[in-house]
Amino acid sequence: MIDNEKINENTEPEKTYLEEPNEPMALDDARRVKVLSPGMLVFKRFIRNKLAVVGLGIILVMFTFSFLGPLLSPYSQTQVFKGLGQMTKDYASAIYNTELRYTVQEGEKFGAAERAQFLLAMGKNQTDFSVGADSYAYVPLGEGSYLLMKLNPIAEALLGNLRSLTGQALEPALVEAFNTASKNKQEFFSVGGTDYRIIQKGKTSQVATIDDVALATLNVFDAYNKTDEPLVNGYEFKVESTRAITEQKTTFKVQDSTYTLIDEDGLFTVVDAQGANFAEVSNIIVNPLQQSLFLEISFKKAIREAIANREDKVNYTEANGNVVEYVIDRVNTNYYIKTLVPTELIRIYEAPTSEHPLGLDNNGMDVMTRLMYGGRVSLLVGFVVIFIELFIGVIVGGVSGYFGNWVDTSLMRLVDLFNSIPFYPMVLIFGSVMDALEVPPMTRIFLLMAILGLLGWTGVARVVRGQILSLREQDFMVATEATGIRTSRRIFRHLVPNVMPLLIVQATAGLGGIIISEATLGFLGLGVKYPLASWGSIINVASDAYVMTNFWFMWLPAGSLILLTVLGFNFVGDGLRDAFDPKMKR
Amino acid sequence: MRNFILRRLFLGLFITFFGAMLVYTVIRSLPSSYVETVARQRATNPLSTKTYQEWLAQLNEVYGLDKGIIPGFLGWVGNALHGNFGDSWHYGIPVIEKFNQVIWYSVIINIITFLVELFIAIPLGIVAATKQYSRTDYAITVFALMGISLPTFFLATILKYVFSIKLGWFDLYGLTGRFFNSMTPLQQAGDIAYHMVLPIVTLMMLSIGGLMRYTRTNMLEVLNSDYIRTARAKGLSEKVVVNKHAFRNTLIPLVSYMSYLLPTMFGGALITETLYQIPGIGFVAYQAIVRGDIPFAMFYTTFQIILTQVSLLIADIMYAVVDPRVRVN
Repeated sequence: MIDNEKINENTEPEKTYLEEPNEPMALDDARRVKVLSPGMLVFKRFIRNKLAVVGLGIILVMFTFSFLGPLLSPYSQTQVFKGLGQMTKDYASAIYNTELRYTVQEGEKFGAAERAQFLLAMGKNQTDFSVGADSYAYVPLGEGSYLLMKLNPIAEALLGNLRSLTGQALEPALVEAFNTASKNKQEFFSVGGTDYRIIQKGKTSQVATIDDVALATLNVFDAYNKTDEPLVNGYEFKVESTRAITEQKTTFKVQDSTYTLIDEDGLFTVVDAQGANFAEVSNIIVNPLQQSLFLEISFKKAIREAIANREDKVNYTEANGNVVEYVIDRVNTNYYIKTLVPTELIRIYEAPTSEHPLGLDNNGMDVMTRLMYGGRVSLLVGFVVIFIELFIGVIVGGVSGYFGNWVDTSLMRLVDLFNSIPFYPMVLIFGSVMDALEVPPMTRIFLLMAILGLLGWTGVARVVRGQILSLREQDFMVATEATGIRTSRRIFRHLVPNVMPLLIVQATAGLGGIIISEATLGFLGLGVKYPLASWGSIINVASDAYVMTNFWFMWLPAGSLILLTVLGFNFVGDGLRDAFDPKMKR
Repeated sequence: MRNFILRRLFLGLFITFFGAMLVYTVIRSLPSSYVETVARQRATNPLSTKTYQEWLAQLNEVYGLDKGIIPGFLGWVGNALHGNFGDSWHYGIPVIEKFNQVIWYSVIINIITFLVELFIAIPLGIVAATKQYSRTDYAITVFALMGISLPTFFLATILKYVFSIKLGWFDLYGLTGRFFNSMTPLQQAGDIAYHMVLPIVTLMMLSIGGLMRYTRTNMLEVLNSDYIRTARAKGLSEKVVVNKHAFRNTLIPLVSYMSYLLPTMFGGALITETLYQIPGIGFVAYQAIVRGDIPFAMFYTTFQIILTQVSLLIADIMYAVVDPRVRVN
């Protein structure tokens, strides 16, 4: 009766008087000693330990947080939060045109072969070139524009004698003009408003009429009205406008309409007779990056102006009056026009707000909610694992301790064997096996519990065996034997309950360790997997130094929860150990 | 005594054999992605005359993967007994060579950690025990329990955040600094030592609690024993009682605690080394394991099992050396 306490002298006497009012109580009366049940004793001692009570409080809070929290949380575990954000998107691209564009006059032909020969001739600085039997010539028309002409030989001169090639007789004026021209070594001459050209081919020279065939130009032409596009992209308009630009004229005439040309630093705007904008001429190509997009000509103009002026921002006023900012990004010779487009974005790594008290994580999920669900998994894993450990440990330890002899020896060798297996390497191997086999997240948790349990039961088995070895020699066991109780009942009804206090201590202290192991695995990315969460796997993102540095709310709360929970279990385990162990009496 | 040691040795061999077999069984269930990758590489080589399937079969034969688990394991044991642990798949060099390259970093880190730990934990544990339930005792117990309860990765993350990021005193990762190659040998040693500070602090903070509580419990047990009561009854001063009679007897259980140092010292601190990317045996083994490097993982785990067995043997012998009562029994 060492552990029984003296009753409080001030409160108890009343009670005793009521029961036996006449008899005065002796100082050593047995009734003065209040007898408490063993469980009550343990409880009393436990309650007196401040640390243990604090630990119990922590555990209760954690349980409430993890198991009731998710019910109160407005969000679900896998809810991804998205928000409208501004994202720069490539909108259009622009480039200074470096490739000649050909416009062929109606009814004429200027195909790929001719274009190739023309480019070769240009490279060699020849003014003439021929494709097959046809001869061509070109004349520059301003900067980056060339007028391509086909030469039709009408006569041939060998040693000064001009001879018709077409079969028609030659006009005397033409012959005369040819003679004068060849005497003066001119290449061109004209008779009666028609231009002729002399082509030297070896010793013969040919006289040819000139036909304009095509226009090659670096300029691009955009019409303000869609209906005007055929005209603007037609040969005549292009030639006339290019010629006007070259000759620095302000007006030109196409199909009986007069157009005015306005020069804006290399960009030209064509205005029609009514004074309305008609077309744009420029050597900058602006294209939308999406097929479905149509770019307004005024937008193109604005971009061209900006590029010509080397600006990197454009404020373009849309037809409805909105001003949109575009950024021009230059990559080598390309210009990319970007704009901020409202896009639905996943709000990752958002700092804590009142709406999300611990912010949002790398998947745009609410950290607080995930912590609650993660706590469920972490705590459940802890309890299930400890249950597995106790289950195996009690059976092995109990059988081993009770039977002794060879059963004991062989079972203890089994314990030694399991005890010798290095824990982390083994768990890591299991983790990679599960990774390789792509085990689904839920199954993974169950397998994880089984593995942790299988690797950890040896401690329990040892404690149970040691305790039973000493208990089985005691009198009450002799009594069970004498009354003929069957063996399994003797072990599990009479011996094991006596080991219970130690088991409880062992289990409570062990829980902390299991939670840490599970969290460590999660941190290394081998534990619980997305979309499920555990406290360890939530911290996993902090293995990335960038996240660790910039987003404390990603790892600090989860880590603190693990620390607090494990601390709580250790406090309680410690308190229980002291409370169960009579030697530790104060 | 000799009989005991012989029996213990035999048991150790037995456990090592079956332990290694257990590990081998689990490792073999890893899909052999390494072999498949190599087979694919060789099959796509223009000079190759064999198909992927043929290469796969040949490689499996070389690595003993075509056999069943038991014959495969026996083959591995046969090679291992000749000191041939094969080439590491992940590192591409013989396993033993890689081991020799990295083991000393781990040993140094663990020895320093252990020494610092001893000097802090044992005095504190004794103080806590002699002043049981005092304020000091509570403070020390809470501190010790904090150390035990801290997950390694969380402590390491906090230390890195405070000392590497906020204060900028240490590098986040690695064993050597940026200018390591242009340093004199003395500076290089200093650089390595500097990079070992955070890992050592981490390891120390985690293990100090355990040793402190162990010392406290043992000290309490000793202080409650009869010969201490006798010593006090003789009228010896409390100082003499604690330092001479109690403390020396506390060291007996500590001997067994220290014997566990052996597996840790040569096995490396797997998690801590990984977190700080210190190229010790722990980090190297971690990388090999998660990449399914069977030769290295087998070597490492078997080595660990052997170390544990040896340490148990040493602990038993040391008990007999330190405590005369054990020798009598």
